[in-house]
Amino acid sequence: MRRRPRRTRSKTTVNIVLAVICLIWLIPTVGLFISSFRPATEILKSGWWTVFPHKENVATHTITLPKDTDLRQPIEVDGTMYTDDQLRSGAKAPDGSVFVWENRRARTISVQQSGWTMNTNFTTENYEGVLTGKQYQITDTDGSVKTKKGNGLSRAFLNTVTVSIPATIIPILIATFAAYAFAWLRFPLRKTMFVIVIMLLVVPLQVAMIPVLKDYTALGLNGTFLGVWIAHAGFGLPLATYFMYSYISQLPKDLFESAFMDGASNFTIFTRLILPLAVPSIASISIFQFLWVWNDYLVSLVFIGNQPNVQVLSMKIADMVGTRGNDWHLLTAAAFISMLMPLAVFFGLQKYFVRGLLGGSVKG
Amino acid sequence: MTTSTATPAEKTKTNTSLNALLSILALAFNIGLNGLIFVFLRDSDMNPVIHAILAILWGVGGVYFIYWSLNWVVERYSDAWRRRIQPYLFVGPAFLLLGWLLLIPTVRTLYMSFLDAGSEKFVGFANYAAIFTNRLLLTALRNNLLWVAFGATASIVLGLLIAVLADRSSFERLAKAIIFLPMAISFVAAGVIWKFIYYYQPGDEQVGLLNAIVTAFGGEPQAWTSMMQPWNNLFLIVILVWMQTGFAMVIFSAALKGVPEDMLEAARMDGAGEFRIFFKIIVPFISTTILSVTTTIIVFTLKIFDVVMIMTGGQYDTEVVATQFYRQFFMYRNFGYGSTLAIVLLIAVIPVIVFNLRQMRKQGGF
Repeated sequence: MRRRPRRTRSKTTVNIVLAVICLIWLIPTVGLFISSFRPATEILKSGWWTVFPHKENVATHTITLPKDTDLRQPIEVDGTMYTDDQLRSGAKAPDGSVFVWENRRARTISVQQSGWTMNTNFTTENYEGVLTGKQYQITDTDGSVKTKKGNGLSRAFLNTVTVSIPATIIPILIATFAAYAFAWLRFPLRKTMFVIVIMLLVVPLQVAMIPVLKDYTALGLNGTFLGVWIAHAGFGLPLATYFMYSYISQLPKDLFESAFMDGASNFTIFTRLILPLAVPSIASISIFQFLWVWNDYLVSLVFIGNQPNVQVLSMKIADMVGTRGNDWHLLTAAAFISMLMPLAVFFGLQKYFVRGLLGGSVKG
Repeated sequence: MTTSTATPAEKTKTNTSLNALLSILALAFNIGLNGLIFVFLRDSDMNPVIHAILAILWGVGGVYFIYWSLNWVVERYSDAWRRRIQPYLFVGPAFLLLGWLLLIPTVRTLYMSFLDAGSEKFVGFANYAAIFTNRLLLTALRNNLLWVAFGATASIVLGLLIAVLADRSSFERLAKAIIFLPMAISFVAAGVIWKFIYYYQPGDEQVGLLNAIVTAFGGEPQAWTSMMQPWNNLFLIVILVWMQTGFAMVIFSAALKGVPEDMLEAARMDGAGEFRIFFKIIVPFISTTILSVTTTIIVFTLKIFDVVMIMTGGQYDTEVVATQFYRQFFMYRNFGYGSTLAIVLLIAVIPVIVFNLRQMRKQGGF
């Protein structure tokens, strides 16, 4: 009993350490989420953490200098002389406030005082921008206005759905058929075939890519949905087959014997008995495969290439990173859109997801 | 079992030829129908939403129909033939796909790795020699080693640490969900997240979190992913650790639940400290799990591609084997180097293949 206090103290330490780790893990995602709702002009002027209360110089009022002020000469503001450089980076005034150019060309100076503040300027314009590809305007720090076009991500979202659903169901259906045969039918070459499946579990995709792409080009499958489905189906099959096999082979033998007695065919047993029984396993591996396909970049990059009508989210976002590296308001919104589906799956079906992960996690 | 007047021998004969005809028809019908739908969907320019729905219906329904129709034919065969053929109907499609997309390509890639850039002349081991002499390719190899040495190790150690901490904390479920969350998102999205954290802009105001922290402590802001080669690789590796630790943690956490409580209690009674208990009891108990998680993470790390592609595109000496493979293949059109790099990846995972086969034999299934 005397150990109690020590144990509670160690539990507190554990809780604190774990809380700190969790916070570190969470911050990147939170930063993205907050940034995606901030206006384009603010995102580059202040960090996303300034939406929380913090101490900062706040503009109290503006001083307008005469239009003909010579910037090369010392400039008089409120009775004190400053150089242009000082005013650019912010100059301390005698009373503790800070003078800084608000608009250098218009010769206006903003007077700032230190105080608690938070940036609560939020907008959904970023999302509209990336989803619909509408025009939007940015007022730059020097006062000029730029017009840029957003990206039509809604089409890419639709494409990703069109790629992901069949690319999940097709391989799992095929794998379940094969798993049933491996587990309960006896036929020549069964062992060899299963060993091949196990060997293919961890074979890197890269090994297959060049030859498959050559075949695709010859068959006209490049840049088509069918081509991507087949590719994902093939690459996902070993894991799905192995996963389904380990479940189906554990089913009790009597089940099949009584069904055979009743004169059911293999196909009937499969569709009426195995499929319904295997639903939890199928759900687990489906989530795994679905997220894999949804998040995939390499397979789409190679087999879709530059077909704009088929391009998926990951490719579009990767494109944006390349061409609009500093448009963080668009990038963050686009990244968050691509995360919506995985996060929904994650929070909604966490139980199955984790089970799928535990069952078989080696993927080639 | 019809009441026809034909003798059994005659019936079997007509059935055999009819069945053969039906089999060919069923195959041809499937190929023709799906081919037509494919061409129709590819060339039509209908509303994208309708197109998507039709494509999904076809993709899912089409595969089921292939099995159903072919099975319908096989069910008409005599018992002996049905028993012989049906298993292959079940595993056949899986094997055709595996053969076409993985098995045969592996052999073809191996063959191409002995040919020159245009796959025309036989060059022997010249491509393999180049990998160990060409500066770019050597960098890729070195970086892959960095990724495995730092990325895989950190993910496993952190995963185990967090699993143990979570097991003893008062908010286990929440903590695990938070650590696990990055597993669900794509490397591309994670790349955007971290690119923003590492973001550097000239001037005073740093909106990238890392540079803001550095400047708050009086340091100089840096362009993290391009400076201080080769240590900039570590900043990319952090992303992998952020994403993979959750995976390791979930599996370790499940294994930890299997450590018998009375064993731990007994050790505590004997006065063993928590560290001693961890290394002397827990680690040996879950060693198989540690081994399998390690192999999985190493295999995954070896093939790392997306992160590097998004963050630096392989510039600033951050190239890895998979990105170099892509570059050789798609930009330089050097199929020889490309194939050789792919084979290098394959060779790197062969120990894991052997390990998996051994495990399978041990479990006694085959």
